[in-house]
Amino acid sequence: MQWETVIGLEVHLQLATQSKIFSGSATTFGAAANTQASAVDLAMPGMLPVLNEKAVRYGVLFGLGIGAEIGKRSVFDRKNYFYPDSPKGYQISQFSDPIVGTGSFDVQMEDGSTRTIGITRAHLEEDAGKSLHEDFHGQSGIDLNRAGTPLLEIVTEPDIRCAEEAVAYLKELHSLVTYLGISDGNMAEGSMRCDVNISLRPMGSDTLGTRAEIKNVNSFRFVEKAIRHEFNRQSDILNDGGTVVQETRLYDADRDETRSMRSKEVANDYRYFPEPDLLPVVIDDSYIEALREQLPELPRQKRQRFASEYQLSAYDAAILSSTREMADYYESVATTCGDPKVAANWVQVELLGRLNRAELDLEASPVSPEALSGLIKRILDNSISGKIAKTVFEAMWQGEGSADDIIEAKGLKQVSDSGELESMVDDIISTNTAQVEQYLAADDAKRKKLLGFFVGQIMKASKGQANPQMVNKILAQKLK
Amino acid sequence: MHTNTVAQLALGLQRRDFSSTELTELYLDRISALDDTYNAYITVNAEQALAAAAIADARLAKGTGDALTGIPIAHKDIFCTSGLRTSCGSRMLDNFVPPYDATVIKHFDAAGAVILGKTNMDEFAMGSSNENSYYGAVKNPWDTSAVPGGSSGGSAAAVAAMLAPAATGTDTGGSIRQPAAFCGVTGLKPTYGRVSRLGMIAFASSLDQAGPLARTAQDCAILLNVMAGHDKLDSTSSEEPVPDYTAGLDKPLQGLRIGLPREFFGDGLAASTAAAIDASLKELEAQGATLVEVSLPHSKLTIPTYYVIAPAEASTNLSRFDGVRYGHRCDAPKDLHDLYTRTREEGFGDEVKRRILVGTYALSAGYYDAYYKKAQQVRRLIQQDYLDAFKDVDIIAGPTTPGPAFALGAKSNDPLAMYLEDVYTLAVNLAGLPGMSVPAGFVDNKPVGLQLIGQHFDEARLLNVAHRFQQATDWHTQQGAMPQGK
Repeated sequence: MQWETVIGLEVHLQLATQSKIFSGSATTFGAAANTQASAVDLAMPGMLPVLNEKAVRYGVLFGLGIGAEIGKRSVFDRKNYFYPDSPKGYQISQFSDPIVGTGSFDVQMEDGSTRTIGITRAHLEEDAGKSLHEDFHGQSGIDLNRAGTPLLEIVTEPDIRCAEEAVAYLKELHSLVTYLGISDGNMAEGSMRCDVNISLRPMGSDTLGTRAEIKNVNSFRFVEKAIRHEFNRQSDILNDGGTVVQETRLYDADRDETRSMRSKEVANDYRYFPEPDLLPVVIDDSYIEALREQLPELPRQKRQRFASEYQLSAYDAAILSSTREMADYYESVATTCGDPKVAANWVQVELLGRLNRAELDLEASPVSPEALSGLIKRILDNSISGKIAKTVFEAMWQGEGSADDIIEAKGLKQVSDSGELESMVDDIISTNTAQVEQYLAADDAKRKKLLGFFVGQIMKASKGQANPQMVNKILAQKLK
Repeated sequence: MHTNTVAQLALGLQRRDFSSTELTELYLDRISALDDTYNAYITVNAEQALAAAAIADARLAKGTGDALTGIPIAHKDIFCTSGLRTSCGSRMLDNFVPPYDATVIKHFDAAGAVILGKTNMDEFAMGSSNENSYYGAVKNPWDTSAVPGGSSGGSAAAVAAMLAPAATGTDTGGSIRQPAAFCGVTGLKPTYGRVSRLGMIAFASSLDQAGPLARTAQDCAILLNVMAGHDKLDSTSSEEPVPDYTAGLDKPLQGLRIGLPREFFGDGLAASTAAAIDASLKELEAQGATLVEVSLPHSKLTIPTYYVIAPAEASTNLSRFDGVRYGHRCDAPKDLHDLYTRTREEGFGDEVKRRILVGTYALSAGYYDAYYKKAQQVRRLIQQDYLDAFKDVDIIAGPTTPGPAFALGAKSNDPLAMYLEDVYTLAVNLAGLPGMSVPAGFVDNKPVGLQLIGQHFDEARLLNVAHRFQQATDWHTQQGAMPQGK
């Protein structure tokens, strides 16, 4: 049977607030255990939560970013369960009245097509702490630094049909939230964690099959692999006439498989009810409008503008707008150097390639947009060839100064003086008589090939500084 | 001196008739001589109290003392006190010493008051007799075979037995007013949100409210001046400005309209208590007030509504007591499940367990709509009853309790009979209103309390009425057959 995959994603996005959602403790990643846990985070007796306004603001910004309904009166609820890393015995979350209601999200696929993914809701909640099972003989340690970190849980409709779409959605989401500045989007530090709900149904059916929920998948690549694995697992079961069990599963990246998380676990009754220690969050129109005015240009808008304004391909526009930093970098180079297409090429190929090799983020690039633009200007005004430019770029990367400084210091300026070039051409013709004979005897197709030989000789003699277009022209004339 | 009110003691301290150290020593001596009988205190804070008294004396000597500087106060053991064990009447917190003060304690500290000790209470404030304490029952100073009421029974008994000039309490369904009535003292539960709940161990978050217990309405006003106010660390605390509650105490009652809910004077009210309440109301009438019959039609739904909402909130408020970070932990837990179940089985008493079970049930999937959600809807109807009644009257009055203090053990095996004790007080918490209990006579040599209920944030009016009443009566100054000590 042909099976259709139906996927819904729940993303836990860590919001980039300085302090926790209900206490004044810092949210810095990687601090020594329990040094960022206040009496509130430890759920000491009599302690009360106080809502961090910034978390609300970030939630609303997200809602505006996807054009969703904003919950004008959202309510925090208690989600009750016992676990050592949940110090109160309940998590403060939002259940029936979330901060963000329904919306949708356009996702660009690699082939340039667009898919619309429905967003069911997004709600604010606090993160749990961490249980540490190593280093304690027969016991567990608890680190509550993460307890109370603000999260926005973003839930999609079951609109996703394959692993590629899931990944494209996540990349787009990542791009959006970093553009909005509401999350650092740092996947390695758990700033974006994904639960994948996946079920299969016969192709063409419109009823949903039984789903499995794969918890806490922490990278785009793992999401893709987890979905592939889960498709295989479920289709094997169904093809054998079996039934899929509704359960929570864990993706094990080391073994590239999903497995059931404790089969004994019965369905939890979280006994949600409105958190009596917090008032409902009432948001008025002026608050929303003020935030709407602060909205930056969003990835989709930027992508479209890059494509039309700078005549970039959809693919190039997508890459160059994938993060706000990248877009700002590119746009700065494009507008100052004067040729957006050449700029696009340099940023994507040379700069990103070099950053990749050095394992650096764009923010850490030793070559600034101004410097790169300075280099491109010298290509555009024929001061240097594209090939020499790569040498200059490497020197810039090594901190040897601006493009002009390096061209000057190393004497790399392209030779475009026709007199000088003509004498170079004469030299080469006189020292390669055999090749000249061949050339003159050859047909047009062969001549092209042989012309390359002469150009190569001249470039070699000039240490790459001869203007190749001019050399071509002069050669063609002289060899007639 | 121990029979003096806070107002009188403050005057004596400011005149330097005696020092805070002398006053504190007097109360510490009385506690050590008499509290074996009453069991009003869980922890006596002798050493630190004397140190605080010395600081207060220095302040008084400089002439920078306030109304409570140097006054010893007893605090219900539900308020977290930095460095001083805070048990909440439970084995669960028998070993718990908070590293922080409740906001209420901070306010008293800033005012220069002295912490005499922490008073006994029903475990986690759940009870109406103070028999549910890990530290044993409190005895009613008027009759040591009777209960003092609960859950602030230790605070009420301490004030009645003059083991403190005043005390703090908390009131979730009557826990200040009912023990105040049983012990013949004056107690005030302020409007929900008037006093910060930060550092006050939660029973039912949407109902809990701290307030004073003292000998007079004037003393309650002095204490409330210090306790009330917005706290940015308690999101449910109100930003409503705090007036000087002592300013309008003497205002005449001419023109005051007092509503008498017909539902408070029907079946279930002891005839002798009714007679005492009637006589008190006549006194208010004699001072110029008008008595108006009003109706609170949803009164009969009060007890079921309260006993869904309060346990529901309590069931999750008490989840944090899990043996992981502080408080009681069972010996040698086998695994996580064993740690949780044994810690909580050993740490909590029967009434607390009962309410956790009831509350968990009421919030469970499939029951939530029928219980918790329905109770919240009825709660709004009950509140609306009061708001409607206040269209015609300024305050509402009636009995605080159906009868006087009952015998120890009389109802401890019958939870329902015990819950009925709070029939007149619960609705005030459900509606978030301020309520007071004022001594209003005696039945069988045991005190009777007159309950006064006000509109939101109208504590000043309640205190005014109570004060005028106390100017004309002496129920609040009677000491019965209580041992006097030195």
